[in-house]
Amino acid sequence: MANLKTAEKKTKAQSMGMHTEVLTGKTQQKFFNPDEAENFFYWGTHNVDFNKRTELDVKDLDCKQANEKIDILMSEGYGTIVIKNPQGKHSLGVGILNKLNLIFEGSLGYFGVGSIDGPIVTVKGRVGWSCAENMMAGKVVIEKNAGSCFGAAIRGGDLICKGSVGARTGIDQKGGSIIVGGDAGAFTGFMMQRGRIVILGDVGINLGDSMYDGTIYVGGKIGSFGSDAVEAPMTKNDIDWLTRKLKIAEIGNNVDLSKMTKIVAGKKLWNYDALEPTEKKGAI
Amino acid sequence: MCGIAGLIHRGKSSNVGEELQNMLQALKHRGPDSTGYALYANNDGQNYILRFKVGENVGEGSTSVNEDESVYDERKKLVDKKLSELGAPIMKEEKLTPYSYRYEIQYGKDLMWFSEAIESIENVEILSIGKSLELIKDLGDATAVSERYGLNKVQGTHGIGHARMATESGVDIKSAHPFWGYPFADVSVVHNGQLTNYWNNRRALENKGMRFMSECDSELIAVFLAERMRNGATLEEGMRESLTGLDGVFTYFVATKDSLGMAKDTMAAKPLVLYESDDLVAMGSEEIAIRSILPQEIDTYDPFDGEVKVWQT
Repeated sequence: MANLKTAEKKTKAQSMGMHTEVLTGKTQQKFFNPDEAENFFYWGTHNVDFNKRTELDVKDLDCKQANEKIDILMSEGYGTIVIKNPQGKHSLGVGILNKLNLIFEGSLGYFGVGSIDGPIVTVKGRVGWSCAENMMAGKVVIEKNAGSCFGAAIRGGDLICKGSVGARTGIDQKGGSIIVGGDAGAFTGFMMQRGRIVILGDVGINLGDSMYDGTIYVGGKIGSFGSDAVEAPMTKNDIDWLTRKLKIAEIGNNVDLSKMTKIVAGKKLWNYDALEPTEKKGAI
Repeated sequence: MCGIAGLIHRGKSSNVGEELQNMLQALKHRGPDSTGYALYANNDGQNYILRFKVGENVGEGSTSVNEDESVYDERKKLVDKKLSELGAPIMKEEKLTPYSYRYEIQYGKDLMWFSEAIESIENVEILSIGKSLELIKDLGDATAVSERYGLNKVQGTHGIGHARMATESGVDIKSAHPFWGYPFADVSVVHNGQLTNYWNNRRALENKGMRFMSECDSELIAVFLAERMRNGATLEEGMRESLTGLDGVFTYFVATKDSLGMAKDTMAAKPLVLYESDDLVAMGSEEIAIRSILPQEIDTYDPFDGEVKVWQT
């Protein structure tokens, strides 16, 4: 475990009061602490080669069979896996805990790529409810639309939807970034605890309802604010961060970032920063 | 949790029976107790199609009381007698199961009065009345019900269906969806969700003369819309009123002779995925329902909270 007490906590984001979490995914701990990595075994991970590419047609497989095939391919060192004919199947690509370039040539159903820690995922279609739920690290890009509970409880990484998303996007979010090119439904950022959400289009009612912490940026109209959500002034740091993230997301080239609305928690419901690291880990 | 599916072909007919069967079978995991279809078939429009049941399916995990089949025949004879008294000649008669029938009848008067008269016979329930609506519901999955009633060859323009997981009421046909929009011909409703102000609304609607046949909260939607339409509202107006009049979580579909509509509650708590093109709209609780009839790559989306949409054939 990384030594949290000596870690540099006062990052730029922290100084803005936007983000206080240090830890994200275990692969990130490993990445940022080489000494620790030598003593660290992460069960269920594989060393893969991005240049080793293969395709997997899941048309006639159920989700368990498909996920087992992906695991076998990773164990054989394949670092780029293209999934053909996902056809809206549920729970595909879940529980991948290592670096991987995973491409879905089609749409996913519910709980796609949930509980991942490190892979780079591209979905060329749409995703159903709860895409990337509990994601720890990595990058997920959805080329079309997404259902409700997009990025539920994610703790780290970048989750990007180029289209529109349903209700309760980022519900219970604990870290990381969710970036949406289109509109978002009701209760976006519901009970959000950390991290950042960017919606370039409009959002529905009860935005940021019961949010503890974190930041939401909205480019379009807001249906209504939820309890505890308040508007805050945009700063240069916000614009710098948005510029960098939108470049990574490859969307929002024409958005006037200075005109975006910034939403934060208006009431401190829980003081994470006063907790000891072990307590903090348990709390979130 | 239940699964719902619907589709409408615009400007043409198709094998909606088989299409809806495939969509509902893909949603079987959401509701294994019963399956229902409301198919809008290419009938000649001359006669009313009356579908009714004189008893329950007591097999397949049913919670209904077992009855001797002889009582079904007695009830059927009473229905025939009542139709004669109402001046509604039977043009065609089909016995579909020991407990359900499909009649083609001629009738030109008030349907509410007609329905009250038929349903005054104990344990007789009208499943639907319409010129094109064929409403079938029974215990079992989509394929089983379709095979039992020969639905996979039904040609028509649109339909809605439901795979039910019984939570609020029993495993029986009377609680299965779709619900007929009594007393309107050719109106049907399916619902996924839970309504929390059922009894308040039910008492108010019953005081206005509306009838409930089950204790399933979903029936409230059909009755709610029917009452609004009886008072002059359009289907879409009634659906918009339902967003505030109904409390709880819901996504529901309603179909009429020439239209299909969807409504989603203001919290968007229940799922719905929608595909829309110039000649076809298909929607379901999960994308796999749509994929069962459109396996090629298509653009789908989730309607937003509080959204109401209506499409015409």
